[in-house]
Amino acid sequence: MSEKLLEIKDLLIEADIDGEWKPIVNSLSMTLERGEIVGLIGESGAGKSTLGLTALGYTKPGCRIVSGSIKLDGVELVGKSDAELRKIRGNKVAYVAQSAAASFNPAHTLIEQFIESPVQHGKIKIPEARKRCVELFRQLDLPDPEHIGERYPHQVSGGQLQRAMTAMALGSDPDIIIFDEPTTALDVTTQIEVLAAIKEAVKAHNVAAIYISHDLAVVAQMADRIMVLRHGNLIEEGDARELLANPKEEYTHKLLSVRSQRDARTVHDEEDIQLSIKNITARYPGMAFDVLTDININIVRGKTVAVVGESGSGKSTLARVIIGLLPPSRGSVKFHGRALASALKARSKKDLQSIQMIYQMADVAMNPRHKIKDIIGRPLEFYLGMKGEERDQRVFELLRQIEIPEEFAERYPAQLSGGEKQRICIARALAAEPELIICDEVTSALDQLVAEGILDLLLNLQKELDVSYLFITHDLATVKSIADEIVVMYQGGVVEQGTKEEILTPPHAPYTELLLSSVPEMDPDWLDDLVDRRERGEAPTAKSIASRRR
Amino acid sequence: MFFLAVWKDLNLSARIGLFIVLFFVFCAIFAPWLAPYGQSQIVGDVWEPLGGEFILGTDQIGRDLLTRLIYGARNTMTLALISTAVSFAAGAVLGFIAATMGGGVDQVLSRVVDVVISIPTLIASLIVLSALGTATPTLVLVIGIIYAMPVFRIARAVAMDIEVMDYVEVARVRGEGLWWIMHKEILPNALTPLAAEFGLRFCFVFLLIASLSFLGLGLQPPLADWGAMVRGNADGIAWGFLHPLLPAACIALLTIGINLLIDRWVHKASGLRDDQ
Repeated sequence: MSEKLLEIKDLLIEADIDGEWKPIVNSLSMTLERGEIVGLIGESGAGKSTLGLTALGYTKPGCRIVSGSIKLDGVELVGKSDAELRKIRGNKVAYVAQSAAASFNPAHTLIEQFIESPVQHGKIKIPEARKRCVELFRQLDLPDPEHIGERYPHQVSGGQLQRAMTAMALGSDPDIIIFDEPTTALDVTTQIEVLAAIKEAVKAHNVAAIYISHDLAVVAQMADRIMVLRHGNLIEEGDARELLANPKEEYTHKLLSVRSQRDARTVHDEEDIQLSIKNITARYPGMAFDVLTDININIVRGKTVAVVGESGSGKSTLARVIIGLLPPSRGSVKFHGRALASALKARSKKDLQSIQMIYQMADVAMNPRHKIKDIIGRPLEFYLGMKGEERDQRVFELLRQIEIPEEFAERYPAQLSGGEKQRICIARALAAEPELIICDEVTSALDQLVAEGILDLLLNLQKELDVSYLFITHDLATVKSIADEIVVMYQGGVVEQGTKEEILTPPHAPYTELLLSSVPEMDPDWLDDLVDRRERGEAPTAKSIASRRR
Repeated sequence: MFFLAVWKDLNLSARIGLFIVLFFVFCAIFAPWLAPYGQSQIVGDVWEPLGGEFILGTDQIGRDLLTRLIYGARNTMTLALISTAVSFAAGAVLGFIAATMGGGVDQVLSRVVDVVISIPTLIASLIVLSALGTATPTLVLVIGIIYAMPVFRIARAVAMDIEVMDYVEVARVRGEGLWWIMHKEILPNALTPLAAEFGLRFCFVFLLIASLSFLGLGLQPPLADWGAMVRGNADGIAWGFLHPLLPAACIALLTIGINLLIDRWVHKASGLRDDQ
């Protein structure tokens, strides 16, 4: 079993950045044995996807292989023509991308797309391929495997699509499968199912796999061996258990410690309720069902309320109701005891000023044609009537507060990194001098360490300015570190709410239990244990929760 | 110093474009001093050959062609430029309003534009101009309004893509008014596609003015106009004369020059976005 399937040696890959060739993979070597799973981990820009793709002999446009060798089953890939490589791809190596939705053709059914590749490569005939497809769908635990193949990609859920994609990758009997962040776009509860299915299928077929992720806990479940990459360099490599138990490098330490929990803060008794949401029920115009039903939340001055739930639970809709973008069909939002107008246009400038919002995607939340100083300066002008020198001075002050150098004031958003952009958005919200800031998934588009920095900043600002947060997220690790109170939402309703201690200490509501148990832990045995417990009925599953709701 | 900086920023094709455009602008401004004769002055025989007494020969009734070309630069460029500017001002503003306000306003504006756009351009302008007369301001207004329709559609489509961006929502939630959202949030991001459209639309306006002049509804003779000159001299082709090709070449050259410049600008502008 110990033959080397893939052998990459001293690989140097350069990318064209602003007309200059700069190395993005720096003399990396890796080997992959038959049946082995190697995890590649690192933040964005670490070169992990680039390295993973080289097993296909492929580099992204604008990149070039400068030197080194890639040997697949003893055959050298570097220098091969595209036609030769095409035979290898899909035959020997398969690729599972992050966004399955973007990788399927929306105009064909799943099974059509499944049989296309093996039939075209002349391996098997159509009826045989269909049988195999059903078999693999069953193996990956897709519901109704005989018929799900007849559906179109938009008719199945994201998690199912990701599993169908894995089935497709297995369909041509490859030696290696490359998984490029296959679960990053999924909810935690769905992620578990996909991870378990992938792990089982990979083991059953005895294929080798390269598993790429930025989430160490996820990689810990999948990989036999882990390689930690940063800026195109190898930081550390080792057996998964070994590396997690005693990491040698400081960077690996940091990645491991990110998920540690902060001490809970005590909630004061003398409560000064700032925003109270009463019996809110809302639906989007033209929709036949309520997106939110009967929500009650109180936010206390200077405290953080975290709203947790998976996508579709209505947590972002709640933000839109509070901010006035979606008038509720029943219920009211009260600010300091006074009811806010339900429509945005009917609200006074003062009301608009006191509730600010920070968005998930800082990229699109800032006008790319405005300079940073204008982005931060506009609320100053608009709400506080500041002009000229006074305004500029305040902008500099805000930049210092969010730990961004003053010279960034003259830059455009495109010249900033993801974390810096999110900081600017925070400064823009602060500029209005609000009492409440709604944070909608503000860290979910960021790398772990950068996200950690943003959360620290938000907590410090809260201490300094006594502002309160409504923190919307699907990530329980974030909740643990920032929340005073937690509201758990599921399908538009509140499942459980209370202080952090109440929610995080057992007994939990079944759905909270499911959410909590679904957060990957660094322990490599965690996934297997969890799947075991769920099979024995000791832990709730998504299915059992859904059936209970109905 | 500013001009030097701009010059350094341009690549070869844009420099050529800039040179062409500046050349015509120069002709337009200094036409009375540059031209050897008056624009309506008959100085020689019909269709005198190129390179003789008259450098570029004479036209179908014996006027100096070089003189007519120089004055034509002045008349045609001004008219086309103002008309195109009018169409963009009207089209873009209405398009942005339709996209930002949506609902009933969008419906009314879009349907009106649909109706107007369904009438062929030339026929529509023919009817209106024969009713209202052919004074230059009327001409500018009619051409401007007719071409505002396609501009409206493009501006609306572009603005609708921008309108759904989070930063526009941020501005709305901040309480900004319609005018701010249109000219501070949407316009800077819509400028690139609109500029590309401007270069193209400018050429169409040229051709429309030429057709109108031919039908007697454009610039009134004896004012020199490149389009009308092509039409007027067109018969010369049958005799193997090059005369009609000269004003045609001027139209082509100016069009190319403008588009070279705009291409560079679009490229620079989109380069900013590639960096993201």
